[in-house]
Amino acid sequence: MTEAAPRLEIRNLSVAVGTDEGEARILDRVSLKLMSGSIHGVVGESGCGKSTLMRAILGILPKRGRATEGNVLLDGRDLLTLPPSVFRTKIRGGQIGFIPQDPYQAFNPVFRVGTQLLETTRPKASGNAFDAKADIIALLKAVQLPDPEHALDRYPHQFSGGQRQRLLIAAALASSPAVVLADEPTTALDVTTQAQILKLLRGLAEARGLSMLFVTHDFGVVAQLCDTVTVMYAGQTVESGPVARVLAAPLHPYTKMLLACHPDRSAALSGIPGAVSSPLRPPSGCRFHPRCPSARAECREAIPRTSVHAGQQKVCCLLYEEEERI
Amino acid sequence: MLILKKFLRDVPAVLGFCIILAMCLIAILTPLIVPDLDRVYDGDLTSRLLPPSADFWFGTDNLGRDVFARVIVGSRGALEVALSVVALAIGIGVPAGLYAGYTDDWGSQLVMRLTDVFLAVPQLILALSIAQLIGRGLNSAMVALALTYWPFFCRTVYGEVRRLRSALFIEAQRSLGASMPRILFVHILPNVASAVIVRATIGMGFTIMTTAVLGFLGVGATPPNPDWGLSVAEGRDYLPQSWWAVTFPGLGIFITVLGFNLFGDGLRDLVDPRLRRSR
Amino acid sequence: MTRFVLHRLLLTIPALFGLFVLTFIMMRVLPNDPSAALAGENATPAQIAAVRKAYGFDEPLWKQFIIYVEQVAHGDLGNSIISNRPVLRDISDRLPATIELTFVSLAFAACVGIPLGTLAAVWYQSLFDHVMRILTVAGLAIASFWFAIILQMIFAMELDWLPLRGRFPEGLAPPLHITGLYLVDSLLTLRFDQFGDAFVHIILPAFTLSLAGLASIARFTRAGVLETMQKEFVHYAEAAGYQRRRIIWVYVLRNSVVGATTQIGLLFGGLISSAVAVESIFDWPGVGSYAVNAILTSDYKAVLAVTLVVGVIYAAVNILVDVVHAWLDPRVAETL
Repeated sequence: MTEAAPRLEIRNLSVAVGTDEGEARILDRVSLKLMSGSIHGVVGESGCGKSTLMRAILGILPKRGRATEGNVLLDGRDLLTLPPSVFRTKIRGGQIGFIPQDPYQAFNPVFRVGTQLLETTRPKASGNAFDAKADIIALLKAVQLPDPEHALDRYPHQFSGGQRQRLLIAAALASSPAVVLADEPTTALDVTTQAQILKLLRGLAEARGLSMLFVTHDFGVVAQLCDTVTVMYAGQTVESGPVARVLAAPLHPYTKMLLACHPDRSAALSGIPGAVSSPLRPPSGCRFHPRCPSARAECREAIPRTSVHAGQQKVCCLLYEEEERI
Repeated sequence: MLILKKFLRDVPAVLGFCIILAMCLIAILTPLIVPDLDRVYDGDLTSRLLPPSADFWFGTDNLGRDVFARVIVGSRGALEVALSVVALAIGIGVPAGLYAGYTDDWGSQLVMRLTDVFLAVPQLILALSIAQLIGRGLNSAMVALALTYWPFFCRTVYGEVRRLRSALFIEAQRSLGASMPRILFVHILPNVASAVIVRATIGMGFTIMTTAVLGFLGVGATPPNPDWGLSVAEGRDYLPQSWWAVTFPGLGIFITVLGFNLFGDGLRDLVDPRLRRSR
Repeated sequence: MTRFVLHRLLLTIPALFGLFVLTFIMMRVLPNDPSAALAGENATPAQIAAVRKAYGFDEPLWKQFIIYVEQVAHGDLGNSIISNRPVLRDISDRLPATIELTFVSLAFAACVGIPLGTLAAVWYQSLFDHVMRILTVAGLAIASFWFAIILQMIFAMELDWLPLRGRFPEGLAPPLHITGLYLVDSLLTLRFDQFGDAFVHIILPAFTLSLAGLASIARFTRAGVLETMQKEFVHYAEAAGYQRRRIIWVYVLRNSVVGATTQIGLLFGGLISSAVAVESIFDWPGVGSYAVNAILTSDYKAVLAVTLVVGVIYAAVNILVDVVHAWLDPRVAETL
């Protein structure tokens, strides 16, 4: 079956960051595909490398960080080969939009909201300032911000958390990006606001045919918002596929346990025994094997092949290497 | 121990500490370095304004006095004066700050308004004002400087005490019946001490500098005191040919103040990065 | 905003009043009997007593204080023993010179110090940063009077590139008095030759005076920028694709400067203090050299008047700084 070309594809990406205590191998051969017009979730616990993945895509890895192997393909072009200046002018705030996690910290408190929003249109403003402003106001209407005409003249502290998040979403869309990266944008909000924002994102994505990569630690959000999902653990991708399938029939042991943790899914509160390994001394092979109830001796030898199952559900686990069912 | 290691990693601070140590040693060992005080106070007029040589490492000044000897003896004076001033300022400022910080009565307000008044004018101007009133001379300068510096200690201590006042362990002491002076001196003072020490170190550098300025202006030390500022003023008339009479005392000021500043900065970073914003 | 300004003004009044009281006390604490000094050297006791009565020195202290406040309110701070003119006249005559010098120094220190400090922070831990840190600490340890003399020695005496002293070439008529600031007045009257003269004369004194300020500004700009760059909004700005140049020089700088405005008040105080010695050395006809002369000649009224005037100016500058701070950071004004 031929697949349409993905908008954004991560292929075997490994990222290491130098620290005082040695090299931290944060990402280990991560792979995922974001198809055009879909919302793809990236789920994992804190420390699984989600933020580093996003920084790698955006080209803002920390000073001592670098990609040691792999590709980040945006519409077929490998971003990792681009010089930083191109990232600054074309990619960030250009072809890739970004929605941050904390709406309370993302804005600069001493500048008006309008000034800051217009920054994401600035490099591309071949038109005049008036047009840019009109575009932004149109976007503010699209994100359902009350009183958009006067909003631009206000300061961040004059808005509520939910309103600020809407502003940030508008900023991300201002350059009509090919791909939008969302970094847990609802984590800092209360539950009702969270629901509103998710609904908004869903609506916008459908209306504008956005391709969105949505990073979160909450499977519940994934269930509400995303079309497809990738599950990450300790810098490795362990499972991916359509949300409905992964939720209904998780394959990887980690996914199963992660789903079981969610309070909605099980009556008993359960956790996953053990702790996430440090990227300085990661376990060899599949990094989950120290905590995996189904672990075998071969698990620590090499990362298992990714096997494809029904409905494009992919899993990276020895348990399934033999049982590939298409 | 951990603090010591952290301190040792801050190279400028360690350098500052070494400078201070060296200056202190010089000041203590002055009688050994300059056994013959005649070279300092009584010049030989036949050897006026000699450039630096093997006999006179820093040359001689217009009265034939050995500039090197004067600079060395001057270091002792500078440190003594600075210590006295800072000690006096602490003696006034710290108790005032403790009192003002701990109590809430009108006395506390009065003390703080008083600091406002003393801080209303830049320090040198105030020092000049006070000094010319009490009469010129080194002792007046010292008193004047102490009177301009105590508000800084008062404010620092006030801030710290206010911060600590609501701390749990103070509440515990109060409920156990400890009296105010006891709480102040036994419990609060040790915590405040680190802030005071940092401020004192910075104050040493500042005092040495200001004493030199007063000496230069003729309001502080008087001849034949080998005060560095005074030496620069005296040597000024013989420029540019006899550059050594002005350069070396000035270097003395520079190195000493640098030492205290570097060390003070390091101490401040070590003790409390919060203090970075204040002088 | 107006509430904020009023609030600040209200806070300053007690301090200034306290300063009045302080200067008054200092006047009366004088060991010499002022009436004897005023009556002259060979006055008889009766003449001294007459002077005392005439000046009200025999009145109770509190009454004298009221008289003093009245006098000050009328701008009468006494006459200088030396010039025999009202002290306030002397000071106001010399004030423009000091203002010009301080302003040029501050402008130079800011224009050089802020970019240097910002770059040191942006290139954190680089060679540039290390050198800057050493230079700024050193700059604060150099005595301004010594630096002035060294500069004089090198540039005026040895190299003869710049004038040794004064504000304007001797013998030439200064620019027409419009503001009292030679640089401004000469431009206003289109006398560019005068501008050039005034300019070369101000170079050395202003540069000397600016040294400590430059070091200080570079230091706290660096600290401010470093702190600001850790903030989330900077990370967001980078991720969202703001232009890097704008991120640093518009956003980060503004936040850092906002935090640093409080330092400028202290800086100004240091500037005034240094101006005393620097003016004296360069024969700059300002308030600083006036104060030095007054001290050396025991012209106590002049010294006290300078103290008062400087106190008022310093307070005004601090209020201005706070107002600017509130304007730059809208959250401050709303905390009241």
